[in-house]
Amino acid sequence: MEQRVAEPVESPIAAPPSAARSNAATILFVIMVAGLVVAPFVTYPLFLMQVMCFALFACAFNLLIGYVGLLSFGHALYFGWGSYLSAYAAKAWGLTPELAILAGTATAALLGLLAGSLAIRRQGIYFAMITLALAQMMFFFALQAKFTGGEDGIQAVPRGHLFGLIDLKNEMAMYVVVLVIFLAGFLSIYRIVHSPFGEVLKAIRENEQRAISLGYKTDRYKLVAFVLSATLAGAAGATKAIVLQLASLTDVNWPMSGEVVLMTLVGGLGTIFGPIVGSFVILVMQYKLAALGEWVLVIQGVIFVACVLLFRRGVIGELAHKLRIRL
Amino acid sequence: MKKVLGMAALAAVLGCGVANAQQIDVKIGVLSDMSSLYADIGGPGSVAAAKLAIADFAKTNPNVKVELISGDHQNKPDVGSQIANQWFDVDKVDMIIDTPNSGVALAVSQIASQKNKLFIVSGAAASTLTGEKCNANTIHWTYDTWMLANGTGKAMVKTGGDTWFFLTADYAFGHALETDTIAVVEKNGGKVLGKVRHPLNTNDFSSFLLQAQSSKAKVIGLANAGGDTINSIKQAAEFGIVKGGQSLAGLLVFASDVNALGLATAQGLALTETWYWDQNDANRAWTKRWQAERNAPGKFPTMIHAGVYSGILHYLKARAAMGGSPDGKAVTAKMKEMPTDDPLFGKGSIRADGRKIHPAYLYEVKKPADSKYPGDFYNVRATIPANEAFRPLSEGKCPLVSG
Amino acid sequence: MFEICLPVILGGKCIPSTALFGQLLIGLINGSFYALLSLGLAVIFGMLNIINFSHGAQYMMGAFAAYLLLQFSGMNYWVALIVAPILVGVTGVLIERLLLQWLYKLDHLYGLLLTFGLALIIEGVARHYFGSAGLPYTVPESLQGGRNLGFMFLPNYRAWVIVASATVCFATWFVIERTRLGAYLRAATENPALVRAFGINVPRMITLTYGFGVALAAFAGVMAAPIYNVSPQMGSELIIVVFAVVVIGGMGSILGAILTGFGLGVVEGLTKVFFPEASNTVIFVIMAIVLLVRPAGLFGRRA
Repeated sequence: MEQRVAEPVESPIAAPPSAARSNAATILFVIMVAGLVVAPFVTYPLFLMQVMCFALFACAFNLLIGYVGLLSFGHALYFGWGSYLSAYAAKAWGLTPELAILAGTATAALLGLLAGSLAIRRQGIYFAMITLALAQMMFFFALQAKFTGGEDGIQAVPRGHLFGLIDLKNEMAMYVVVLVIFLAGFLSIYRIVHSPFGEVLKAIRENEQRAISLGYKTDRYKLVAFVLSATLAGAAGATKAIVLQLASLTDVNWPMSGEVVLMTLVGGLGTIFGPIVGSFVILVMQYKLAALGEWVLVIQGVIFVACVLLFRRGVIGELAHKLRIRL
Repeated sequence: MKKVLGMAALAAVLGCGVANAQQIDVKIGVLSDMSSLYADIGGPGSVAAAKLAIADFAKTNPNVKVELISGDHQNKPDVGSQIANQWFDVDKVDMIIDTPNSGVALAVSQIASQKNKLFIVSGAAASTLTGEKCNANTIHWTYDTWMLANGTGKAMVKTGGDTWFFLTADYAFGHALETDTIAVVEKNGGKVLGKVRHPLNTNDFSSFLLQAQSSKAKVIGLANAGGDTINSIKQAAEFGIVKGGQSLAGLLVFASDVNALGLATAQGLALTETWYWDQNDANRAWTKRWQAERNAPGKFPTMIHAGVYSGILHYLKARAAMGGSPDGKAVTAKMKEMPTDDPLFGKGSIRADGRKIHPAYLYEVKKPADSKYPGDFYNVRATIPANEAFRPLSEGKCPLVSG
Repeated sequence: MFEICLPVILGGKCIPSTALFGQLLIGLINGSFYALLSLGLAVIFGMLNIINFSHGAQYMMGAFAAYLLLQFSGMNYWVALIVAPILVGVTGVLIERLLLQWLYKLDHLYGLLLTFGLALIIEGVARHYFGSAGLPYTVPESLQGGRNLGFMFLPNYRAWVIVASATVCFATWFVIERTRLGAYLRAATENPALVRAFGINVPRMITLTYGFGVALAAFAGVMAAPIYNVSPQMGSELIIVVFAVVVIGGMGSILGAILTGFGLGVVEGLTKVFFPEASNTVIFVIMAIVLLVRPAGLFGRRA
């Protein structure tokens, strides 16, 4: 108790290492892209597409927790509703996949604006509880609304033709689309984080009072960051709906919000690449454990506890710390 | 289309004599909920049932070599569809079975159809699987929502429960159960006095139960499932609803739910199932083997487990009869063509829309004093003959039927 | 007897006034659980600055403990009501000593994440050993039946729930706000260094506070066992609603947590009569409105 007052509070992210900006990030990025180009020829493309959707989702979530210090425990809201709207637009309105994904993304942005403007009125754990409660409310709406199909979800969503031309039933064509969306999302997050806007966000994370006294309207910055994060999470959900051809309650329910926290935590909060590694690890685990059954929940819980107690930097954060670089 | 299927089946039958001696390799995947809500009604118990079916079939057909794998869809349609895709594409699984949770089942049914494999549903309830969303690669084995509504609704009205009040879970599943039951109740001369929609996962039902109590309806229909059903029954006992002369009709209740309630609380509850472990000697004998296989002497198999056993047995018979062709559509057609016969469900058949047909039973939960041993849950109150138990072919709007 | 109606703009639904009394009473019972749980959260938060995400799981543990005590040692409901909270409270003490104490120097969010992980573990283990369908637990013999109040049938057990939870809530409030022990507690929250200087063992106080908060959750669980489904997932949905209750009330005040809990139970009860479809979202909607009007919560102080 006493220590808490005496010692400086460690922020919920890996402390930036001392080394100046390095080329490591660029190198890692090139390796990642090369890997993703080769991978579909080696492993199962559908799985990779799913990993990329979740990776984008985790990156979007990380934008808030890692760079603004806001823990949203309700990110399933944007992911799930993005996927519902995208699935519905493609199936019921017959929109082409790119328009369907846009529709889902736009919905998530709007919901992010509404929920964000409420949630940023409180800080810290209250923020987490509010986002969780709002997400749960929207889960119940999704459950009761007609268009979502209740527990059946929206099934048999057509992948359609991109721009009305390219048939996405072809796995490789679909793969390229997902890869492009993922990289676009990833690069825009990288851009946001390293822009002057991103610097203000980090200033808020470190000390909001100081940022206010420097004349920044921090609420406005936080809201913009929240909407950006929700939008990208929505894009991830919307893409996933087209890839897997379904949207379901799983994506809007609270365990999904917990899962994205876990992915980011495992990979490393506040690292650019961490969420990607984290989502890969968690998804691989999910399918490897699929045969084991029963213990999934316990294992996830143990990972949570272990990460918080022993391994707060996450995989990438730990690596960056060892190599004294920024990733 | 039908012609092609017929010829494929014919070719398979002709090839039979030659292939009989050959080894036939079959790969079956049990896709179920191993870790969450439905793990008790399906899950590891379904895997045990599948093993029994394979062992029994091997006794008479040593040339059929069956490999069994299992997976946990965690009640997530995307996990389920991912596993199904991978099983069909990479692991070369021929047939997937079980799959409680309608959302997952509908997704897997689509995939089986796209990849021309086979999907036998035992765990999921949605009657759309053989209705609007039916396809030539899916067979719905054990039960469905229409049958539950029909069985309970009709039998209750016929035995005097002619005025109803509904407690309905407020989402698509609850609405469907409610609509189907109301139709049956009214068709048989009963009357619906009122209904109230409660949200999913409601803790406190007292407010709804007071409304039901003051309606004076003879039957309170519970168009909900799982924890909601258990909570409403538990609290109905507390408010003295059954003692006051009203009866409760559970529209989707499993033996595991009755176990969770305890007989003291659940006594008098009416429910429909297609299989009950203590109904006859064959079922009891099978239950013993299942408990040994599952290594759980205190657990009792559900109708879903029985359906997995029976479904796999029939599937293997069809495969053997065809000389081993794994073609999804052809095997499905063959399964529909052959009459079904197994120790658990007796003789039956599979309809053109993929609906397996067998009798259903209206049970009533025993009083604690009448229950002589663990698992002694029900009295049979009425039998619904096979030809009345399921939705008529003409009403299902299944595209396979009209075409 | 007269009827009470909603304005036409809200649907104009009417119910007899007597039925309304019944529903108010039922809302109060429902609110008892919100009050007990949000009180536990507030007590823990006040001392540890941690939001105890495993509170729902510990509520479930209380109900399971009651079941196990009955099954394996024949302890009835009344014994379980005392023993189960103590047992679960002891696990809370262990959790605090083994895990939580390492987090006090860190950002508060880590406490939330750790207890979330614990909630998953507890629920997963319960599922593994007891399945997900649930376990039987009946109303104790002495509280079976009920009485007709004229406007409603009140089961004896429900009456007991209101009395017991109101008593426990009030006693907790009294200890914290009106006794010397409570004064130490409150002082330790404000300035631990100073309290320690007076020779008081602050870390032990923290440990016991967490144990007590957890025991409160378990107490609510035992109370719930005879009327709600005793299953591994019984706490996980409930805790989200309780979070909203806590946001509405603000965690600054013990009395605030109690009053908000009871009050929102009543509001939810009324919603079940007039708009049953919205009864699971009404608390979240109220939370949104409160955030717009009074961001710090009804009883909260602006941080």
